[in-house]
Amino acid sequence: MGVRRETMVNTLLLAGLLAVPLWALWADEPFTITLATRVAILALAGVGLNLALGTGGLVSFGHAVFFGIGGYAMGILAFHAQNYTPLIESLSIPGTKSMPVIWAVAVIASALVALAIGALSLRTSGVYFIMITLAFGQMFYYFTISWPAYGGEDGMSIYLRNSFPGVNTLVPFNFFAISFAALLAVLVLVGRLMRAPFGLALSAARQNEARLRAVGIDPYRLRLTAFTLSGAITGLAGALYADLNRFVSPSMFSWQTSGEIMIFVILGGVGRLFGPVAGAALFILLEHFLGGISEYWHIFLGVLLLGVVLFARGGLIGLLAGREVAHD
Amino acid sequence: MSLILVIEQVLNGLQSGVMLFLMAAGLTLIFGVMGLINLAHGSLYMIGAFAAAAVAGATGSFLLGLAAALAASAAAGALIEASVLRRLYGRDHLDQVLATFALILIFSEGTRWLFGSFPLYLDIPDWLSGPVLLPGGIHYPLYRLAIIGVGLLVAFGLFALISRTRIGIRIRAGEADREMIGALGVNISVLYTLVFALGAALAGLAGALIGAIQSVQVGMGEPVMILAFVVIVIGGIGSIRGALVGALLVGLTDTLGRIFLPMLFGLFMEPTAATTTGSALASMSIYILMAAVLLVKPTGLYGSAG
Repeated sequence: MGVRRETMVNTLLLAGLLAVPLWALWADEPFTITLATRVAILALAGVGLNLALGTGGLVSFGHAVFFGIGGYAMGILAFHAQNYTPLIESLSIPGTKSMPVIWAVAVIASALVALAIGALSLRTSGVYFIMITLAFGQMFYYFTISWPAYGGEDGMSIYLRNSFPGVNTLVPFNFFAISFAALLAVLVLVGRLMRAPFGLALSAARQNEARLRAVGIDPYRLRLTAFTLSGAITGLAGALYADLNRFVSPSMFSWQTSGEIMIFVILGGVGRLFGPVAGAALFILLEHFLGGISEYWHIFLGVLLLGVVLFARGGLIGLLAGREVAHD
Repeated sequence: MSLILVIEQVLNGLQSGVMLFLMAAGLTLIFGVMGLINLAHGSLYMIGAFAAAAVAGATGSFLLGLAAALAASAAAGALIEASVLRRLYGRDHLDQVLATFALILIFSEGTRWLFGSFPLYLDIPDWLSGPVLLPGGIHYPLYRLAIIGVGLLVAFGLFALISRTRIGIRIRAGEADREMIGALGVNISVLYTLVFALGAALAGLAGALIGAIQSVQVGMGEPVMILAFVVIVIGGIGSIRGALVGALLVGLTDTLGRIFLPMLFGLFMEPTAATTTGSALASMSIYILMAAVLLVKPTGLYGSAG
């Protein structure tokens, strides 16, 4: 029964996420559309992390790296396009304002960095892994601050939202639709992956590494693949987020960003496909309403997070859909 | 470029190294004994700095400020251990990370609420200010020299505490086998609270001492805490000796890299390019060091098992 109820909760979540901006479009409330767009994009970042964290059991506290790389991929390409300067002078490769190209670059760049960071960090496990991913996050943070070519500490602004073939991206709802479609596509992809042999083996690596080795599967390669994929998804989210704000800055790389992406996953429910969607929605709602009441709303967020960790380990979806059914 | 500059920078590196050791020692002790990863260690550092700045500002006495820092951070440490963290010892690391991350949010916003967003300042007392003349004609700030001295003294005291005293024996026994020393009649929950308060006090001391050099503000603790993580990863989790070696390595690499890498690139590049490349690389140097150590010894220099 648990599975069917969870499917229902998931469907309602998606319907809600679509209905709110549709209502806002009708009521002419562009700010609400922006909030819904943030939910979709941050959920996407969370879905990326959830693949490593929930399914793979890899507690990465450095996913801001990939979020930031996606953001800077957009920032750098669009910066050169809006200033008509070549991206690489010797080859005279131009920048671009085309979203699909930017996404491809963001995904490839963050996948490559995830591959490198993963290859190093996955040599360790447990607490070491947490600390190392956190440290690599700081490395990128300080690097972007000290590298002046792309704004350094101040970040940089992109004046116009990038373009998507056949869609006017300047209309808030259209950009929401693009982000929502990206989220849906990735949810379908990750959902299939989790049921495929790869996902099952990855899950097995989390539950019992020795048994997985005994049947002849190398957990290191499996985890590295998952970590790379996870980084690529979060990178895509970073590119979209940068496009939403038309601004990138080193704070995309900060440890707080890593922590927030983790909060989306935890508030929603670790290891559940739609957990990050619920978590991101809850986070944005809290930020919007509690932030309106008190500028110290992070205290309440902290207390809530503490409560979820200590008492409600299934997160929001766990509360709504009941306990996960055991898979034997 | 002179020998004097090199010696000055080595001293600066030592100073930041011993302060990192105070942070890393607490983290590694808490992990070694309780198996807990404590992200809120940076908050304890911040609490120490704020307590010192507030009390020193009110009384005018730097030493009273230091005492307040030790007391406040130890008390905060004991409080969170007894109320929250105790429930997490048996849990997996993810839960510990999240709960202590939640504590960071609560402490940071709570401090902002109490003290406001503007930084506080903690003045160096008169009897520690001004330069001191070292052999070789080097003028070096007395306060920084005092920090190095205090750090080394604490390191020595900590080694003595752990290797020579009864409480140290219990701490080491706790690392080796929790259930066993409980069964032998040691009140393990008191021991845990004590170890946690000790680690917290070390962090608070570091925060107060550094608070007199930098400004005291919300969010000052986390960058230091993450550096302390790098130290622990390099030194090996659970090893106090590893924490000391790692802290000095990180402190020296970071400080020397910032000064000398731009100079090094200046030898074969034009000045502005050398400065940007050098300082960008310097900002990454300790992480490259960490990656290099991991490649050779995944469990750190003095670590036993992962």
